[in-house]
Amino acid sequence: MKKYLFFRVINILITLYIIATATFFLMKQLPGSPFDEERLSSLSEEQRMEFYAKYGLDKPLHEQYILYLTNLVRGEMGDSFYFKGQDVSGLIASRIGPSALLGFQAVLLGFTVGIVLGIIAAFKHNTMWDFSTMLVAVLGVSVPNFVFAALLQYYVGLKMGLLPVAFWESYSSSIMPTLALSLIVIALIARFTRNEMLEVLQQDYMLTARAKGLSQFKVIYKHAIRNALIPVITILGPIVVSLLTGSLVIENIFGVPGIGSLFVDSIKVNDYTTIMGLTLFYSAFFVLTMLVIDLMYGVIDPRIRISGAKE
Amino acid sequence: MKNAEPLLNDEELSDDLFEIVGRRAEDSEKINRPPLSAFKDSWMRLKKNKGAVISLIVLTVILLLAIFGPYMNGYKYYETDYSAAYQPPGAEHWLGTDKFGRDQWTRVWEGTRISLYIAVLAAFLDLLIGVTYGAISAMLGGKVDNAMQRVIEILVGIPNLIIIILLIMLMKPGIFTITIAMVITGWVNMARLVRAQIFKLKEQEFVLAARSLGSGNKRLILHHLIPNVMGLIVINMMFTIPSAIFTEAFLSFIGLGLQEPLASLGVLINDGFKGMRNHFYLLLYPAIVIVGIMVSFNILADGLRDALDPKMRK
Repeated sequence: MKKYLFFRVINILITLYIIATATFFLMKQLPGSPFDEERLSSLSEEQRMEFYAKYGLDKPLHEQYILYLTNLVRGEMGDSFYFKGQDVSGLIASRIGPSALLGFQAVLLGFTVGIVLGIIAAFKHNTMWDFSTMLVAVLGVSVPNFVFAALLQYYVGLKMGLLPVAFWESYSSSIMPTLALSLIVIALIARFTRNEMLEVLQQDYMLTARAKGLSQFKVIYKHAIRNALIPVITILGPIVVSLLTGSLVIENIFGVPGIGSLFVDSIKVNDYTTIMGLTLFYSAFFVLTMLVIDLMYGVIDPRIRISGAKE
Repeated sequence: MKNAEPLLNDEELSDDLFEIVGRRAEDSEKINRPPLSAFKDSWMRLKKNKGAVISLIVLTVILLLAIFGPYMNGYKYYETDYSAAYQPPGAEHWLGTDKFGRDQWTRVWEGTRISLYIAVLAAFLDLLIGVTYGAISAMLGGKVDNAMQRVIEILVGIPNLIIIILLIMLMKPGIFTITIAMVITGWVNMARLVRAQIFKLKEQEFVLAARSLGSGNKRLILHHLIPNVMGLIVINMMFTIPSAIFTEAFLSFIGLGLQEPLASLGVLINDGFKGMRNHFYLLLYPAIVIVGIMVSFNILADGLRDALDPKMRK
């Protein structure tokens, strides 16, 4: 296990290094500059050099690269080109709250609703309950999140006027984005739970549990759900990916000041340092989550052994 | 009944009373129905799945409209007419016009073409790069496999979206850039699946038999292993397609994909979203088309999985 962990961490560091390097050189290749070209050309040569020096753009490329890497190790990602006087780490930290809240609520809602729907569908197999749950599941996977978010905003926000549109003021502002974000989680979890439950319900130990006179609730709760939900880990990866992707577009649609909208905005204004910082942040979050998921396999279900752990 | 008197005794039952009919080999071995290939077998199972058949019909209709739709009225997708901006759907403009007076019907089907192009591209890359990469990696094994797997590990370690976004920033946003981005990221899943499956298959006896009859690696892969992985390949391809369509629409929606005046469903939905307060129809129709495409592909993929691999049926 320790050996496995060691190699995984090494692997993660290599991946992050590659991303950091690739991002750095890509940014240097980019057309367009974060500065206002017209105003820049009105400056004298000396002033312009001073300006470049402030952002370290006057040094040769390899020096910039080394400086960038050493700063990165210290956790400094430089100042944002666009949001004046803010360093990127601070910028990300100040924006992470809303995103974390949305992500957390979406996971919570998605898992609760998804599991309940899945269980109902499995117990009422081949009834209207089952079919409508599967319809929700297919729609949830198929309907693009931005389409769902836009329709939600139109019908609930504009037509019915129930919830605030595109403002981030009170808690109620987070309801619609959470719904939009959780749709795919609900769909994936409901479908998964249903299929696993159908399998578990046919097992002999379910018959045993009923035969020894356990109540329906105990049978479901203690025997069925627990065994059905172990393999849910296998779809955590896709769920995390869809939440990350979803955050980019849903935060934009609902005007949430989170890191997803920060990412899209910084791309639009060529804010290089922020893009680099967020790319690394997203990547690091992604690889670490994948590591945690892989480690959870062994902990939750001893029958699953991580490959490489046996040696 | 043992003591019952026989009707005829042995002498009377002489051999010449009998005629040898014989077993006519051609009759008893005759195949009364046309042979059922694996493909036909799956097709029959797929036809029984109502959802899959409906999806197939919907996709065919969408495909036909994407091919002929833009020619069905006289407008071009880039043709502006400021005097006719924001016309609601009607006889002149079937789905209305946008803020520049461009015909929405033409633009929707023009955008659908992009989505279908992406679908074909995704399937093609899956087959060309994914299957080849996975098959070679598994067949050669050893050091080659190890090196090839390292490359895949790195690609898997980086979120796809990050690769795509970085690439789009480097090059001009557009269909070409999205194509390149998909060339880099789109085939990885397929390569992993095919590799794992071939690893399992290549220890089996039919491979040994083929080998002892003198098949080389190429023949083994093309004639013995790939046909055995075909079901898996088709299923995975069918799931790659909707996710590729989604990725393009998503990028276009946040402004990193196709740019005006080109129309993609993502661009149209973004436009419609901006003006939905007063001109909801601009959002509605492209949204219906993309949902139609996505739902159909997903249901069809499910149906195909059941048809091709009945073991996985639930």
